[in-house]
Amino acid sequence: MRRFAQLYTALDETNRTSEKVAALEAYFREADATDAAWALHFLSGRKVPRAITSALLRGWAGEEARLPTWLFEECYEAVGDLAETVALLLPESASTLALPLHALISERLLPMRDAAEPVKKELLLRTWRELSGIERLVWNKMMTGGFRVGVAQTLVVRALAAVAGVEQAIMAHRLLGKWQPTAEDFWRLLHESDVGAGEVARPYPFFLASQLEGEPAALGEVAAWQAEWKWDGIRAQVIRRRGEVLIWSRGDEIVTESFPEITEAGSTLADGTVLDGEILAWQGDTPQPFASLQRRLGRKIVSARMRAAFPVVFVAYDLLEKAGDDLRARPLRERRTFLEKELQAAAQRPLAAAPGAVCETLDLFDFGGAPRALSPLRISETLRAGSWEALAALRAGSRERQVEGIMLKRLDSPYGVGRQRGDWWKWKIDPLMLDAVLIQAQLGHGRRASLFTDYTFGLWDDGKLVPVAKAYSGLTDAEILEVDAFVRANTVDRFGPIRVVRPELVFELAFEAVQQSARHKAGLAVRFPRINRRRADKNPAEADTLANLRALVRAPGNPG
Amino acid sequence: MTLLNVTARGLYCAVGDFYVDPWKAVDFAVTTHAHSDHARAGSACYLAAESSRGVLQERLGACVRIETLPYGGCVTRNGVAISLHPAGHILGSAQVRVEYRGEVWVVSGDFKTQAEATCAPFEPVRCHTFITESTFGLPIYRWRPQAEIFADINAWWRGNQAAERMSVLFAYSLGKAQRVLAGVDASIGPIFVHGAVAKLLPHYAAAGVALPEIEAVESARALAGRGLVIAPGSVDGTPWLRRFGETSKAFASGWMMVRGARRRQALDRGFALSDHADWDGLIASIRATGAERVLVTHGSAGVLVRWLRENGWKADVLATRFVGEASEGRDEPQAA
Repeated sequence: MRRFAQLYTALDETNRTSEKVAALEAYFREADATDAAWALHFLSGRKVPRAITSALLRGWAGEEARLPTWLFEECYEAVGDLAETVALLLPESASTLALPLHALISERLLPMRDAAEPVKKELLLRTWRELSGIERLVWNKMMTGGFRVGVAQTLVVRALAAVAGVEQAIMAHRLLGKWQPTAEDFWRLLHESDVGAGEVARPYPFFLASQLEGEPAALGEVAAWQAEWKWDGIRAQVIRRRGEVLIWSRGDEIVTESFPEITEAGSTLADGTVLDGEILAWQGDTPQPFASLQRRLGRKIVSARMRAAFPVVFVAYDLLEKAGDDLRARPLRERRTFLEKELQAAAQRPLAAAPGAVCETLDLFDFGGAPRALSPLRISETLRAGSWEALAALRAGSRERQVEGIMLKRLDSPYGVGRQRGDWWKWKIDPLMLDAVLIQAQLGHGRRASLFTDYTFGLWDDGKLVPVAKAYSGLTDAEILEVDAFVRANTVDRFGPIRVVRPELVFELAFEAVQQSARHKAGLAVRFPRINRRRADKNPAEADTLANLRALVRAPGNPG
Repeated sequence: MTLLNVTARGLYCAVGDFYVDPWKAVDFAVTTHAHSDHARAGSACYLAAESSRGVLQERLGACVRIETLPYGGCVTRNGVAISLHPAGHILGSAQVRVEYRGEVWVVSGDFKTQAEATCAPFEPVRCHTFITESTFGLPIYRWRPQAEIFADINAWWRGNQAAERMSVLFAYSLGKAQRVLAGVDASIGPIFVHGAVAKLLPHYAAAGVALPEIEAVESARALAGRGLVIAPGSVDGTPWLRRFGETSKAFASGWMMVRGARRRQALDRGFALSDHADWDGLIASIRATGAERVLVTHGSAGVLVRWLRENGWKADVLATRFVGEASEGRDEPQAA
């Protein structure tokens, strides 16, 4: 346990990814294989079945620290993390437990789950008393399931790949398979012979667009450009190789499991195909707000209910590999032609019989025709416009289409690497803006715990401020401190963690759209509200009204 | 009417006609210490501890009228006896004892109970009413012995040397910076300080506080990768700091007790070194005053008041404009 706590400390004490990877690598090399397997288990974001309820944990921690419940809760509010709060409050302990990590888990943590309450308590208190400092924190984190140490899965992959001496893509692929936190499986992960696996798993580096600042006319002839909607989803590559389908997100993570319908549809692609595109929540004919897509993220198992409630599609806009050949050096117009052909062909092929897959429709791809059944594999349509003016007119309708504007891609350009300026531009629509008054604040969590960073803003309605939006981002660190000090000095009321503040500060809020909403007090919901800037020049009376906001609601046809 | 009351200008003693750490300009300001949320410019006359004169003058300007008292010394205004007693917060920090017709009040100002090299150690003063700060008034704040913290700082500095990068330690320019200077192992390598820290050093020397030699920042390049830089956090991201090349950044503050406070500032390390009393220190100090009534100012006032009431004290929150220790911004608190 001491070695694992050291790893935790090392990861926690640096912001440099190279050092984090080095610490992980050293640990995976040195640690006992069973310990390393458990460490990998937790660092991969896996949990163990919850051994204890939060209520019991708080109760026993408060008892052990000799604190009244209310004081324990005040501390929790200030820290924002239960495991850490408990570690900070427990009395100092003299002894240190010499149990290795895996023994601590198998002898203390796992038995706790099904133990009777007194036994559970005995196990917990004994462990607390035998551990100290950082080890206690790590134990609490394993127990509460929130084992996050600021280590992205990609870093774990990098470190393990280095230890095993294989490519990162290969290790990422191996980790996708089935493994248990055992010495045998850990050994297998490091030494598995998987000839060809690298070719199966490896994605291409994404080509990223730059923000178009001026007018597009500066880009020259409109005919030299391909225009598409700028989708608001998750950038991803769908890879179909050697009979397998993998989905890589731009965050360098394999997200195949989260999107089974795309994976199933991906099986209709010809072997040796790589698509670049966007994962979007989609309903009928229309992309859905990003919030719907968020419901689908980070899931290993997606229930039929989730799939039905938040269906997703992959909107392809580029073809990077065809029949195993890297197409990136070819011009876009050529790749586009291949992409259209491949998707048409795929629509004619039957779905691979994936276990549990339901073949609702064979019309997976409705190219050029009217939309029929929802197809999880679609093409990003190109926008036809004879002039920049005509394109600008289309762009003006972006909000109605739930898109962020227009993408402009030079037709004779190759597929680059990273953010190379010149060939790919995002021509986004300007956000909507309103001036609103800060009316409530709450402490942030994680990185922002113990600072008031979660704000609620109100607009005037009949002489009262009605809450319309919550926003967390957009202020500089210095401004956050100022607002934090303001909140502390101007609290007029408290409801649990919420501070009601004197309505004095005015902020310009930017947002993408306004929708009718029965769930919100104001009857309106704003999309992606964020703080554009502080309006120190305005007094609260000059802020906008609810009527101003209502006027921005889209015309009928506006999807939910 | 009680002996001390909060008014629009600050904490006021009507009988003696003086203020303690007023937040507006007044005629007579009894000043606990030189941090800017306690010592504000503009008053006609300041009364402070003798050892505070230098730093106070540095902060308020040379022409300001400052009267001083040695710790334990006493002046009387309209029959109110005013005396100053060590608060252990920073050089020259004092608690203010006020006595009128046998009734004794003590204003703690900011204080800490751990003894250290740069100021006289805190002394509890018996009183009837104790006005205390509560910056770290939550039981999550329990300071480790300062020797352990300095051992951590030294180890971090050595580690950075091995990786050939500068160690940048953010600390308030008045008080914390000098305490760090006095506490680190200066034999490890060269030490640089920011001008805001440097200009206070002569006053520490004059007060007899031994501090290590400082390197001129001009030699930063020549000594790259080896030094320790002590500066207020406001220099982060400025050209002044960039001259030191590759750095590891840390912050010395009681707030660093909580992981999130460090992580959101993207610091490599946080050292929980505070010039305020921790939870146990607050409780022990309150107990040591023998006060039957406790008024709690800036910090976790509500929490401390509730705890005191549940444990048999008469306690209330006293709304002031003191800030205590700014949790971020990494320089000393500004007037709010």
